[in-house]
Amino acid sequence: VKFSLRTWVLIVLVALLAAVPPLAAAFQQPFYLDLFRRIMIFAIAAVSLNLILGYGGMVSFGHAAYLGVGAYAVGVLAHHGITSGWLQWPLAIGASALVALAIGAVSVRTSGIYFIMITLAFTQMLYFLGVSIEEYGGDDGIRLAARSQFSGLIDLGDPASFYYLVLAILALAIFVTGRLVGSRFGRALQAARSNEPRTRAIGIAPYPYRLTAFVISGAMCGIAGALLVNHTVYLTPEFMNWTRSGELMFMVILGGIATASGPLLGAAALLLLEDLLQGWSLLPKAVTEHWQLYLGVILVLVVLFAKRGLAGLIPGKHE
Amino acid sequence: MNLVLVFEQTLNGLQFGVMLFLMAAGLTLVFGIMNLVNLAHGSLYMVGAYLATWFYQLTGSFAVGVVLGLAGALAVGIVVEVVALRTLYERDHLDQVLATFGLILFFNELVAMLWGRTAIFSSLPEYLQGHVGLFGNVRYPLYRLLIIGVGLAVAALLWYMVARTRLGMLIRAGASNRTMVAALGVNIRLLYTIVFGFGAALAGLAGLLSGPIYSVQPGMGELILIQVFVVIVIGGIGSIRGALAGALIVGVVDTFGRAYLRPLLATIWSPVVADTAGPAIASMLIYVLMAIVLAFRPAGLFPVVR
Repeated sequence: VKFSLRTWVLIVLVALLAAVPPLAAAFQQPFYLDLFRRIMIFAIAAVSLNLILGYGGMVSFGHAAYLGVGAYAVGVLAHHGITSGWLQWPLAIGASALVALAIGAVSVRTSGIYFIMITLAFTQMLYFLGVSIEEYGGDDGIRLAARSQFSGLIDLGDPASFYYLVLAILALAIFVTGRLVGSRFGRALQAARSNEPRTRAIGIAPYPYRLTAFVISGAMCGIAGALLVNHTVYLTPEFMNWTRSGELMFMVILGGIATASGPLLGAAALLLLEDLLQGWSLLPKAVTEHWQLYLGVILVLVVLFAKRGLAGLIPGKHE
Repeated sequence: MNLVLVFEQTLNGLQFGVMLFLMAAGLTLVFGIMNLVNLAHGSLYMVGAYLATWFYQLTGSFAVGVVLGLAGALAVGIVVEVVALRTLYERDHLDQVLATFGLILFFNELVAMLWGRTAIFSSLPEYLQGHVGLFGNVRYPLYRLLIIGVGLAVAALLWYMVARTRLGMLIRAGASNRTMVAALGVNIRLLYTIVFGFGAALAGLAGLLSGPIYSVQPGMGELILIQVFVVIVIGGIGSIRGALAGALIVGVVDTFGRAYLRPLLATIWSPVVADTAGPAIASMLIYVLMAIVLAFRPAGLFPVVR
C-alpha cells in the first residue's frame, strides 16, 4: 500500500503517542501520561466537531453539550451503582446521539449566524440543567462513584491500559471519519458545504445529510465525554461550559479545518500551550498567574494571521 | 395567585427585558450593519459595570460613575473596533467568533488582574434607594422603575435616530449596500466605528445599570450575552424592533418561570417533584421558547429582508 504524506504524518503522530507511556515510566514523569491522555480525549471530541464544522460547514458553537451528555450518562449510572462499561458506554453514545438529533432537528434547518447562536444557546440550556440538578452534584459536581468496569478485560484504573484504550479509540475515530468523508455520504455533505444550490440542482437535499452528520458527530463526542469523566473521575456541568465549546472550535481551526490530522494537532497545540502558560517555570509569575490574558491575545493573533492551521504546513494536496 | 405579586413580577420581567434590550440593540445593529458576530459584546457590558462602580467608589458620586462608565465603555469599544475587529468584517463568521472569543478571555482576565476574581461591592446612592407607591398599596423599588424608564427611553431614541435622522439613513443605507454608500462619498469606515461605539456604549449602560442589582465580577458579561443571543434569535437578527419584542418576551417568560413554575408544579404534582424539576425547567424555559419560535418562524418574529 502506498500512503500519502498526510497519512504518514498521522501514522507517525499515533506512533509518537504510543511511545508516551514507556517514556513517562522511564523518566518517572506520570504527569505526562495524564496530560497526553487528556489531549487525546479532547482530540476525539475535536475530530467529531471537525466532521460537521470542517467537512459539513456547520459552525457548531455547542459541541461541549455532547461531551457533557456522555459524561453524565456514565456518571449518573455509576451514581446509582451501575458501573458496567458495557452498559454505560453504549448508553452514553445513544444519549448523545439522541440529544444531537433533537438539537440538530431545530438548528440544522438554519444556517450562518443563527446556527452558531442556536447551538450555543441549547448547550447553555443543558449546562443550566446540569447546574440545577442537586442529586448529581449541581453546581459543584460530584465524584464519579467508580470508573467504568469492563468485566476485567480492561482496567481503567491502570493508567497505561486506559491510555492505550483512549489512543485506540482516537485512531478509530480518525479512521472512521476519514472513511465517512471519502464515501458518497461524505461527498454529498461536502458538496452541500461548497455550493448548496448546485447540490440541490443535482438532486441532493442537504438537510438529511447534514442532520445525519450532526448526529454521528454528537455520538462520537459522547464517547469522548464518557472517557473524560473516567479521566477526571469527577462529574461536573463545567464539561458543558460554553468556553469548552469555544476551545473545541479553536482546536479544529488551530490544527487545520477539514484535515485528518488537524484536530489531533490542534488539541495538542492548544492544551500544551495552556499547560505551558500555566506552569512553565521559566515564565515570570505575572504570566503564569494571568495566563488566560496571554492565551486570549495568542488566539486573536492566530485567527487574524494564521489561516490554514498546523496541518496546512504539511506539503501536499490540500482539500 | 395574588394579583399584586403578579403585577410586581411583570414589572421585574419588564426590567430584566429592558436590560436585555439594551444589550441586544447594540449586538443586532452591529450584526445587521457590519455583518459582525461580536461575542465580546458581553465584555463591554462588564467594562461599563466595573468602571461605573469603581468611579462611584472613588468620587462618591453615582452620576459621575455613570458618566465615566459610559464614556469608558465607548472608548474601549472604539479601541477594540479599530485595533482588532475592523479587519474581521470581511472574514467569515467562524473567524469572527473565534477572535472575539479570544477577546473575552483577554478582558475577563484583565478585569481579574485589576480588581480581583471575586465580585466587587456595588451600591446605590441614598436618593435612588427605597420604594415608590404606584397605586393602591402597590409599591415598587425606585431604581428598577428607573431602569425600565431608561430602557424605554433608549428604545424611543433609537427608533427616532434610525428612522428619522440623517445618521440613521446612512446606517440603513450601509446595511443594505455598503459599496454603493461608499461610492457616494460616505466615509463608511467612520460610520462603522460610530455604530460600533454606540453599541458599546449601550452595552456599557446595561452593565452599569445592572451593577447595583446583580453582582459585578469577571465573566458577568457572558451569562447575559447568551440570553441576549436567545433574544435576537427570537426577534430576528438585525431587527431593532425584533430585539425589543424578543427582549420583553424573554424577560417576562424567564421571570415568571422562576417565580411561578415551582408553586405551579407543587399544586398539580407533588412538592418533591416541584423542588427538583421546578428550577431545572425554569432555567430551560427561554431556550425551549426559542426552539418553538424557530420551528414556526426560522428567521425570527421580525425577519430582516435583504
